[in-house]
Amino acid sequence: MARTTGGRLPWARTVFWLYVATLMLPLLWMFGMSIRPNEDILGSFSLIPQRVTFENYQTFFGDPSWYSSYLNSIVYTSMNAVMSLVVALPAAYAFSRFRFAGDKHLFFWLLTNRMAPPAVFLLPFFQIYQAVGLFDTHLGVAVAHMLFNVPLAVWILEGFMSGIPREIDETAAVDGYSLPRFFVRIFLPLIRSAIGVTLFFCFMFSWVELLIARTITSVDAKPIAATMTRTVSAAGVDWGLLAAAGVLTIVPGAVVIWFVRNYIAKGFALGRV
Amino acid sequence: MTLILDRVSVRQRGEIWLDDIRLETGTGLTTLIGPLNSGKTTLMRVVAGLQPPDSGRVLVAGKDVTSISVRNRSIAFVYQRFINYPSLTIYENIASPLRLDGRFRGPAIDRRVREVAELMGLAGLLDRRPAELSGGQQQRTAIARALARPVDVLLLDEPLANLDFKLREQLRADLKARFADAPGVVLYSTADPAEALTFAAPTVVLGEGRVLETGDVAAMYARPPTLAVAATLSDPPLNLLPGVVREGRSAEGGVLLGIRPHQVTLAPRGPGAVELPAEIRLAEVTGSATFLHLLLRGERHLVAHLPGTWRFQPGEATRAYVDPAHVLVFDEGGDRLPLSGAEVDLHG
Repeated sequence: MARTTGGRLPWARTVFWLYVATLMLPLLWMFGMSIRPNEDILGSFSLIPQRVTFENYQTFFGDPSWYSSYLNSIVYTSMNAVMSLVVALPAAYAFSRFRFAGDKHLFFWLLTNRMAPPAVFLLPFFQIYQAVGLFDTHLGVAVAHMLFNVPLAVWILEGFMSGIPREIDETAAVDGYSLPRFFVRIFLPLIRSAIGVTLFFCFMFSWVELLIARTITSVDAKPIAATMTRTVSAAGVDWGLLAAAGVLTIVPGAVVIWFVRNYIAKGFALGRV
Repeated sequence: MTLILDRVSVRQRGEIWLDDIRLETGTGLTTLIGPLNSGKTTLMRVVAGLQPPDSGRVLVAGKDVTSISVRNRSIAFVYQRFINYPSLTIYENIASPLRLDGRFRGPAIDRRVREVAELMGLAGLLDRRPAELSGGQQQRTAIARALARPVDVLLLDEPLANLDFKLREQLRADLKARFADAPGVVLYSTADPAEALTFAAPTVVLGEGRVLETGDVAAMYARPPTLAVAATLSDPPLNLLPGVVREGRSAEGGVLLGIRPHQVTLAPRGPGAVELPAEIRLAEVTGSATFLHLLLRGERHLVAHLPGTWRFQPGEATRAYVDPAHVLVFDEGGDRLPLSGAEVDLHG
């Protein structure tokens, strides 16, 4: 695309790369910080590091308090994405295919769950989780994040499903498919891209959510972002380690994007989002 | 095999979609013809079980199936839209009802799929997916899937309506042969009189959710009992002119004369032909025929369907001829009167 626009407008390519550079600079800067010692970070100001070291990454992977919180985030985020999808698929199907009393109101009410700031839910979550033993568990965080991910997932999936002719469902019933069999064999392959997009959004929102995740965990399920806010020690801030952790938190999102990259564009085009 | 609809009614949002339908058909093809919104699709959906009737029963082979779920009925359904499973190959699309039917196993499924694919001209396309096929091929796939499994009731809801002209003609001929050896009831709906007349099968005329007439389509075409039936079976549309019955006949008063466009000529066809002075308004040339729009005395419009290509000058005066023997006479309620056009005077 850059080539065709570049052909017509000579400066289009320049603008494009300028834009990319602006976006990339903070990320490159962070990556640069992560591969140099703290003294160099504080002592000199340059994009290219003079002394390259992987010490920061070694510290990260050598210290359980760091890498375990990284794993915690990955675990509860994955759990949340899968659980949200499992709950949202039948719900979205019902919203797209059946008419029942109050269906429109219910659909809207689901969306209102996204309208309240997460902070509103902090206290109830904290107290309920303490009482039922979900406090500081991966399951607890995953369930808490479903509060805003399920409505989103239902919304995305419903849009896609409504784009699939109802006659396909009927034809399957005529052919003798039971609903579950039809759903798995015929319907799910048709909304593959929707599922990809939904998983991506659930993963992303859960991954970047800090407030709830931090409040309802203490040690065993502590998210990486919470750990990153506690790097100030007696020796000052460990910039290099913090930068290394920052680089690593980008990796899972990038991996997920890589897997759903073909679906995202297709998905955005097909769905209502 | 018999299919009986016993006093079936469907109401939706305060409107009557089907009104007290009573219908009985046997093995083989039955054509269902009616204009838009006449209830064809609703009737088919009721038979399939996709639309529960508000009252009445559906009986297949003497058994009440009204409350049996769609998937447990022995039916097949072809839509006007080309509906296939997009994620499955053509082979799997056709095999799909067979795989769910206990009567078919392994090699028998394969044999049947290839047989039906051969019949519908899909043999070379079995590895493709529906999106890679043309519209005609997609609809052939849908029909092949419906034909694959022997069913009690095969329903086709205007299956050729979305196809272009050539494909429609070709598939129509193919289908007539396919239906001849169908084991169960075949219900075929259409809005196209040519289709119903070509199939020459027992025909049900629907209008506004009611059964208007059942019987032999050719007889109905020649002697339609009502104006609604005549209009449904006429394409191009019937010309309607007001008239008055001559004194001393079996009926009296105002009547409507139905004249099929191809019965209007520009030269007298027989000694009894009635001459109508007219002014030419418009000539539509379709290639093999010319549709001549005429203005008669008293601002009455008349369309003539003339074979061949003709050139006319709008505004030109001419004479149209109609053989009274081919004129249909209806009373004001729309029932056909047993009168010939010779017993009626044109009004005005």
